[in-house]
Parts: sequence; structure tokens; C-alpha cells
Amino acid sequence: MATLTKKEFSLNSIVIPVRRLISIPSIGPFLALLVAGAFFYTQNERFIQPTNFSLILQQTSWIAALAIGQTLVILTGGIDLSNGLVMALGTVIMTKMAVVNGVDPVLAIVMGFVVIMAFGLLNGLLVTQLKLPPFIVTLGTLNIAFALTRLYSTATITGLPPIQRIFGERVDLLGTSFTYGSLFVFVLYAVMWFVLRETAFGRHVYAVGDDREAARLMGIPVNRVLVQVYVLAGFFYAIGGWLLIGRIGSGDPNAGQTANLDSITAVVIGGTSLFGGRGNMLGTLVGALIVGVFINGLQITGVDPLFQRLITGVLVILAVTFDQAVSKKAR
Amino acid sequence: MAEQNNKDQPVFEARSLVKHYGHVVALDGTDFELYPGEILAVIGDNGAGKSTLIKALSGALQPDSGEIFLNGQRIHFSSPSDARHQGIETVYQTLAVAPSMNIYENLFLGREVRRPGVVGSVFRLLDKKRMLQEATTHMQHLKFAIQSMTQPVSTLSGGQRQGVAVARSAAFAKNVVIMDEPTAALGVKESGMVIELIHNVRARGLPVIFISHNMPQVWELADRIHIQRLGKRIAVIKPNEYTMSDGVAIMTGAMDVR
Repeated sequence: MATLTKKEFSLNSIVIPVRRLISIPSIGPFLALLVAGAFFYTQNERFIQPTNFSLILQQTSWIAALAIGQTLVILTGGIDLSNGLVMALGTVIMTKMAVVNGVDPVLAIVMGFVVIMAFGLLNGLLVTQLKLPPFIVTLGTLNIAFALTRLYSTATITGLPPIQRIFGERVDLLGTSFTYGSLFVFVLYAVMWFVLRETAFGRHVYAVGDDREAARLMGIPVNRVLVQVYVLAGFFYAIGGWLLIGRIGSGDPNAGQTANLDSITAVVIGGTSLFGGRGNMLGTLVGALIVGVFINGLQITGVDPLFQRLITGVLVILAVTFDQAVSKKAR
Repeated sequence: MAEQNNKDQPVFEARSLVKHYGHVVALDGTDFELYPGEILAVIGDNGAGKSTLIKALSGALQPDSGEIFLNGQRIHFSSPSDARHQGIETVYQTLAVAPSMNIYENLFLGREVRRPGVVGSVFRLLDKKRMLQEATTHMQHLKFAIQSMTQPVSTLSGGQRQGVAVARSAAFAKNVVIMDEPTAALGVKESGMVIELIHNVRARGLPVIFISHNMPQVWELADRIHIQRLGKRIAVIKPNEYTMSDGVAIMTGAMDVR
């Protein structure tokens, strides 16, 4: 009798905490990040050094900023294929306006923001007014942005004024130097995490992705929320562009060509559902770090970079399979 | 609000509503009255103009002519949210809830309570504590048994989900709750749960308009039955004065009450 109760007790004492742990959102991606980190550490001790950690953040920061916008769009049940190339157009405008056309560098950055957010507005209007699928709309704007970038400049723009490279500047923190850009990204994530959780706007983003008809019937202005999301996403793409020119120190018309897929990968690995309505910013941050850790870890251990793509592919499929299973249960 | 209403004075009233869809006449001068504290069922064959009437009353469409009165005041709805602002809430058969959101979030969906001051009005910060508290009290009043207000709606059964929608409408309706076939998508046992809840809503003094194809449900629940036929209100009967088959006969034109 005594042994029986003891057995029951010990079983529950394991099962319940484990179940609770699993139910914490983004615990899965977080564990994957730890495992990947531990693996690369066993392969090369340099991986865990603070300077390398700082480098990973630098490499990841602009993709992480794009992934914020991508998360918002995917939460509404959409997808944005255009973000990388729209961002590239914005960065070329920011830099060429300042360096070649002699526009005030800050004003030039503002112009880049306006163009990128205008593309967001265009995406949002096409999705809401013409009722086109986001996949097709953003595939179209992707090509438009690509062509406009090439028409505007095929050359890389160098010799940027310091204010445009501000996010590449470094600051010492805990004995390691970090770029402003990699620290700023954490602030952005914290702000958007809060906005999604604690504001009416955040709740409406989830509701629109979760059940659009229910949201409409309950008086949520669905179309307005969608347009706001695409424009706000554009704002984060523009910040991503500013981070990128800070990091590489130039305006590159060839930038961001795979950034759409990288940002989607970060969002999906982070546990946000492609069906909309489920997911969060914390998951995406971890997802972006996983992508960054793989790129860096495989570089540092000298493994063929193709393995990075292979493993990323496997992770994406795992994440989507898991999501599909969960959402089938939910509906 | 309730004190103003004489028992003989309808809360919600419509006179000679007409609605055409091209050559089809959906409403051909329909009258309608709902009295304080009652459950009024609306029945009618397909094409009798039942859904058109309900849509006109809930603001989902605008009649070509005719008048609608709420507490004796002439009103005009240009959208469902207009009707909502006038204290008229509608429950749909389609379970209009967001499955990934939890129960109290669904209760306040589109009507979130924000924090007082600038943080609420400008930054639209939510007052989650208050929403949770109000939702809990409200569910207790309706005797709606739920484990936790923070569990996602996807963990609930179909009947419980519709229960959340019914509870939501009761929480915000000041004047009228319209239930548009609320049990059509549910099984027998699940329907029973929702019917029980509708009783509790009426017990709190709210008049209910109940649309259903399910005659036993109508006879069990309704105080009066509005029968719609060929775009007109052909009769209003009491379920204790007429049998179910009488009701169906009137509805199909096989029996004349006038």
C-alpha cells in the first residue's frame, strides 16, 4: 500500500512538471537552440566565447527584425514573400539618396522607411480590397521591388555618412563589444511582445488570424487591422534594412534575396502557426537565433554550409508537422 | 430601463417591413413585436422571409421600406454594429468564437476593457484583471460551469463554445438577444445545454428572439411563436394553445387561424 502511493506520487511528480514545461509556449524551439548550442560547443570551444556570441547576434539581427514583421503577417493568416527585396530597395534608396543625390542622411533614411512602408500599404490594400491571397500579392510586389531596385541602382553604394551606419557602432557590455544593432533588436522584440499580449490591437491581430468571420461578427474592423499589420510589418523591414547597412557599411542592391524565406523559417521554427492566430514574438526571436546559430556554428566547425540548409529544412518540416497536428486537434 | 417598459408596450417592434431581391419579395409587409422578458420564437418554411426578417432586425440588411422601433423610439440600423450599439446582440449558428483565444478573451472579443487613462485610450492597453473578474462573475450568474476562464475555447465542446457565444451576447445586450438557430450545428445533448442557458438569460430579464427549425425546442422554450409565411407574419400563437402539428400546418398554409 505504502509503495503503491509512493509510486503514484513519484509518477505524478514527473509527469505533471513535464506536461507543464511542454505547455509553455516556445519551450520546444528554446530546447532546440540549447541542443544546437551544446553540439557546436563540443565541436569547437570557440563557439561559446562572448565575441562569437556577439558575432552571431550581429549576423542575425537584421533577419530577426524582418522576422518581427513576418510574425505579424503570419499571425493574421497571411505570408509576406516580398520583405527581403522590398527592404533591399529601401536600403538602396536610403544610401544612394544620401551619398549620390546629396540628401540629408537622416531624411534619406526616412525616405527609405516611407517607400518600404508604402509597399506594406500596397500589400495590405491588395489583400483587403481586391481579396487576393497574400502569397500571390507579395509574390507580385517582390518582383516589382526587385525590378525597381535594379532600375534605381545596380552598383553597391559605399562611403556612407556615419549616422547611417549607427547600428554598426559598438558598445562594451559585460566585457564584450556588441553592436547597437544587435542590442536594439532585443528592444524591438520586447516592445512587440508586449504590444501583442497587452493591447487591444494585439488581441485583434490574433482574432483576425484565428477566425476572421468571428472577428468580423464581433465588430473588429478586420480590413483595417490587416492593413495596419502590413504597414507595421513594413516599419520593421525598414529597421531591418537600416540594421543591415550598419552591419555591412554599404547599400547593396543584391541584399536580402533569401531573407523572405529566412524570416519565414525563423517564424515557423519559433512555433507560430501558418494557419494564423497562434504564436508569439518570443518564439520568433528564438527561431531567428536558431537560424543564426546554425549558420555560425557550421561555419566555425568547418562543416559544408549545405548542411545548414539541410538541417534548416528538416527543422521547418518538423515545426509545421507539429503545428498541423496541434491545429487539427483545435478545430 | 426595464421600469420604463409597460408590459403591454413592445420592447422591439417592426411595422410593414418590405424587402425585395430583384423580382423576389422576401418581406411583404411583415409586422413584428417583442414584449419585455419573453422568449419569442420565429418559425417559417424556407423562403418565408424568416432570415431576411432577422437580418433586418439585427442590422445585417436594410429593408426597402417599413419602420423599426426600440422602446418606442424609431431607429435605423446601417450595420450589425449599429444594432449592437443599441443593445441588440445576435448569436449565430456558426459558433462565432476564436478557438485559440481563451474564454474571457472571447467574451470581450472586439470590446476589450482597456486600462483607465492615457495608457488605455492612446496605447490601448488591456485591463486583463478586470475582464477576467467580470467574465467570472457573469458566468456564475448564468450558472455556466467552466473549469477555468483562461482555457482556450478549442478545448471546449461545441455546446460549450456556443454557450460562450450565448453568454457573451447576454453580457452585452441591454435590450434584446437574437438567437439565429443557435443549436443548428449541435447534437441533442449539446443543444440541451444551450437551451438551458437561454432559459437563464431570460431569467435575467432580457427578451429573446429565438429562430429554429426544431419544433420540439420551440414548443419547449417559447412564450409566443411568430409564424412567417410568404413574406408576411401570418399568425402569432402560444405554444400551450396550439399543438406542434397545428403550428406546422399554419406555417405551410394548411390551416388558417384568422
